[in-house]
Order: sequence, then structure tokens, then C-alpha cells
Amino acid sequence: MKYILMMMGKKSDFDGYAKWSKEDLQANVAFMRAFSKELKETGVFVSTEGLGWPSEAKLIRAGKDGEPVTDGVFPESKEFLAGYWIIDVESPEQAYKIAARASRAPGAGAKAANMPIEVRRVLSSHADLGL
Amino acid sequence: MADQPHDVPFEHLLRGLAPQVLGAVARRFRDFSSAEDAVQEAMIAAFRQWPKEGVPENPRGWLIQVASRRMTDHMRSELARRERETAVAAETETLTSILEIEADMDPDDTLILLFMCCHPALSPSSAITLTLRAVGGLTTAEIANAFLVPEATMAQRISRAKQTIKTSGVPFRLPSPHERTGRLPAVLHVLYLIFSEGYTSSIGSHLQRFDLACEAIRLTRSAKTLLPDNPEVVGLLALMLLTDARRAARTGPDEELIPLDKQDRTLWDRSEIAEGIELLTAALSKGSVGLYQLQAAIAAVHDEAESVEDTDWAQILALYELLNRVAPSPMVTLNLAIAAGMVHGPAKGLELLRPLDRDPRIAGHYRLDAVRAHFFEKMGDHEAAIQHYRIAAARTTSMPERNYLLTRASDLAGLA
Repeated sequence: MKYILMMMGKKSDFDGYAKWSKEDLQANVAFMRAFSKELKETGVFVSTEGLGWPSEAKLIRAGKDGEPVTDGVFPESKEFLAGYWIIDVESPEQAYKIAARASRAPGAGAKAANMPIEVRRVLSSHADLGL
Repeated sequence: MADQPHDVPFEHLLRGLAPQVLGAVARRFRDFSSAEDAVQEAMIAAFRQWPKEGVPENPRGWLIQVASRRMTDHMRSELARRERETAVAAETETLTSILEIEADMDPDDTLILLFMCCHPALSPSSAITLTLRAVGGLTTAEIANAFLVPEATMAQRISRAKQTIKTSGVPFRLPSPHERTGRLPAVLHVLYLIFSEGYTSSIGSHLQRFDLACEAIRLTRSAKTLLPDNPEVVGLLALMLLTDARRAARTGPDEELIPLDKQDRTLWDRSEIAEGIELLTAALSKGSVGLYQLQAAIAAVHDEAESVEDTDWAQILALYELLNRVAPSPMVTLNLAIAAGMVHGPAKGLELLRPLDRDPRIAGHYRLDAVRAHFFEKMGDHEAAIQHYRIAAARTTSMPERNYLLTRASDLAGLA
């Protein structure tokens, strides 16, 4: 069964991240690399992507003529997706365990960030999506 | 992956044969699009069979035979589909001997294909994928892997590109010398894009991607063999070699990005540099200096310097000024500002950057902020430097680049 593990953060979290010390940044990057490698080696890895900064995010709706209308103003409380992993595991418990590992990624001051990871089931049939 | 087909020794032979076989089959059956599919199938069959059964005595004949058989099958099913009464035409084609098809080959086939795939009616990304498949002999799976998209998506992109070519009605022949001059820049641009895609993505977490930089060099080498007198083709090859030479020094042990000024220059590939400089010298002696030769000349100045301090920045500045006249673009202005900053100080550099804020082609691009940050850092204005490094980090689209810029900012913040 496939799960998506989503790393979420408010704008203030991103701004905070940008101010981490060099050592903290390096430790975090090293953790992320090792984590993906571990997922691959244990045979659960499907995919992972990191996303661009929230300040570059745009909210698009179709206008009356179907043309894109941009609305880029987000409320301060909005949570943005920073990146995700998709994993293929045997049980939800296994997915939660892996999510907890991601949550323990080192944060500012070399302490575990304990950041929230949203875990969602990836549905098994794509028929409705035409894939 | 070490066991992927592109590591096996016959791969080069096969790739080199691909455009020759395609040229012959396309000419014989007068259908580029189907011929291209048939050759792709023949290539895949070769990748599967040759490692087990050994390379056939006449590998080109083997590929032509397999591809022609696919073409015949394809035509038969087309005929059946159209409910024609007999399959006489298809039978006739079956009787065509491989030798006859081989005799039809034209030494310019690779060049014809290159011009065809870099057709102005195609978008750059379509031209790139089609060139890699039809001229480079890459499989759809390999191209998909290189661009990190699903194979089905890439297959669709390729078939749409071929449809565009079909609709445009370009005949399968070499463009006239006059036409060739007009269309060569588009061909070189596609080769250049393949190279830079490979070079910039050789960093980051995708080390198992197909090596597009090497493929671009290989394709440009064959373009140089076909157009030996064109100084820009030679200039482009020189530029690729002189850039690729720094590849090993460009990333650290954790794949982090190492900028030019911090690279261990002993890791630079001396033989690539020597070949690049030799090619460039020969190209420059021909008199008509174009944008690739100028960029290669700039890369050569960097490659010849022992360190950043030793770099002949005045020379680089002069070359960028020339480039700005030959092929002005906001990126050239940006690089010119960097060189001017090195020669005349960071204040001068910042001054030259200012007009770019009003240029929609580059305003808001992360490099503008990154370069500004660098100048402010040199001037000792750490606060402004930190601010611009962080803006650049938010704007870049590359993860290693973002990590690098954020680290730069926190480095400076640590000093404050």
C-alpha cells in the first residue's frame, strides 16, 4: 500500500529555516539524503520531491473566459507543502514509523525538529484520473 | 546503475549506427516517422540480444534488417487496417535486399537528421528529445530517465514532435547550403541545451540519470566531422569540453555545489582543457567569431588560471564586451557585470546590474540576487548580502543551489 508523507510548514517556518546556522543546514541536508537512501535500500521508496519556496507560490483559478487568474495572497496561517515522499509499505503502522523518522530530522540548534508530517493513503486505482 | 545498457562496450557502436540506419530506412520507405519507430525497436532488440549473442558480423546490416522487417510489418497492418484487397506493396518491400538499402545510404544522413530534428517548427524541448532519439540513438526510457519524467510521457512528446515534422512537410534531404546557414544556429542551440541540461543536473540527488553532457559532446563531435569548416560548431565543441573539464571539481563529497572560486583546480580534466583550447585556437584562426567561440574563449581563460586571483579578469571582461555586441542578452550583461566587478570593484558591478531590474527577461531571476549578494559581501555590507542570498535561495529552482545560497547567508550571519 502506498502512502504520501508530506512535510508541511507555515511561511514563518520557512523564514526560520532560512536563518538556521550553517551547521544545522548541513546536518539537515545530510539527514534528508541519508533518509532517502535508507528508503531505497529497504525497498519502500517510490518517489520524493522538494518544492520551491512558498513566496514563489501562486494560486490560480480560471476566470470567466477560462484564462488563468492569479491570486497570490495567502493568509499567514496557511500551511505550505515543503516536499514529500511516496512510499510503498506493508501496513499503515510502517508508514507512520517512517513518518516519525522524517519528523525527527535535525532542526535548529541540532535538536530534532519534530515537525508535523501529514500521512495520506495514495489510492490504488487511477482509473478515475484516466491513467 | 552499473548494469545499465549505456555502460556496455557496444553501446557506442550502436549509437553511432543509429542515425545511419535511420537515414537508410527512412529514405527507402519514405516515411520518417514510422522509420524512426522501427529503428528504435531495432535498437532495443540489439540492446537485448547483442550482450547475449555477441555483436553480429555486420551490425549495421543487422539493424537495417530488423528495422526493415518492422517497417514491412507496420505497412502490412496499415494496409489491413485500410482494408485493401491485397498486400502487394508490402510484399514488394519485403523483397528489397538489405544490401540495396545499405547502398542507398548517404554519408550526410546524420546531418540530414540533425537538421530535421532541430526543425524551427519544434519547441526546444521537442527538438531535444527527438534529436536524442533519432540522432543519438537513445531509447525512450533513457531519455525519460534523463529528464525525470515517466516513459509514457516522453513517448508522447516524441510522437507529437514527429507529427509536427510530418505536418510541416519537410522532405528528407539535406537543406540547401543557404538554408543550412540559416538553420545551423537552431541546431547548435539544441546541442548546447542538451549539454547544459546534463551539466547542471549532474549535481543533486539524481546521479543515476543518463549522462546528457557526454551525449551532447558526442553529438557535437559528429556534427564537427560533418561540418569541419564551420568555426561555430568547433567553438561549441570547445565550449563543452572546457566546461565539462571542471565537472569533478564542481560538487563536494555530499554532492553540494562548489562554485568556481572554491574549486580544487587540480581536479580539472587537463586533457579536455587541452583539446578544448586546441579546437578553439583553430576555430578562432578562421576569422568569423561567433557566440560559442567567445564563450569557449571565456571558459578557456578560467581554465588556464591557477586560481581566481590569477584569473585574467580584464581579458574576460573584454570577451564579454565582445559577446555583448555579437549576441546581447540579459545573461551576458549579468556576466559582464561580474567581470567588471572583478576588474573595477564591486560598486561598478552593482551599477551595471541596475538596468537589469527593468528587463522582464531577467528581473526576479535568482542569479541577479545571488550576484548582488556576492558584491555586497565583497564590499563588507553583510546585512545586504545576507538579504540577497536569502532572496536568491527562495527563487532558485535547484535544491543544491538553494542549500548553497542559504549556507552562504548563514555563514555571513555567523560572522555578524
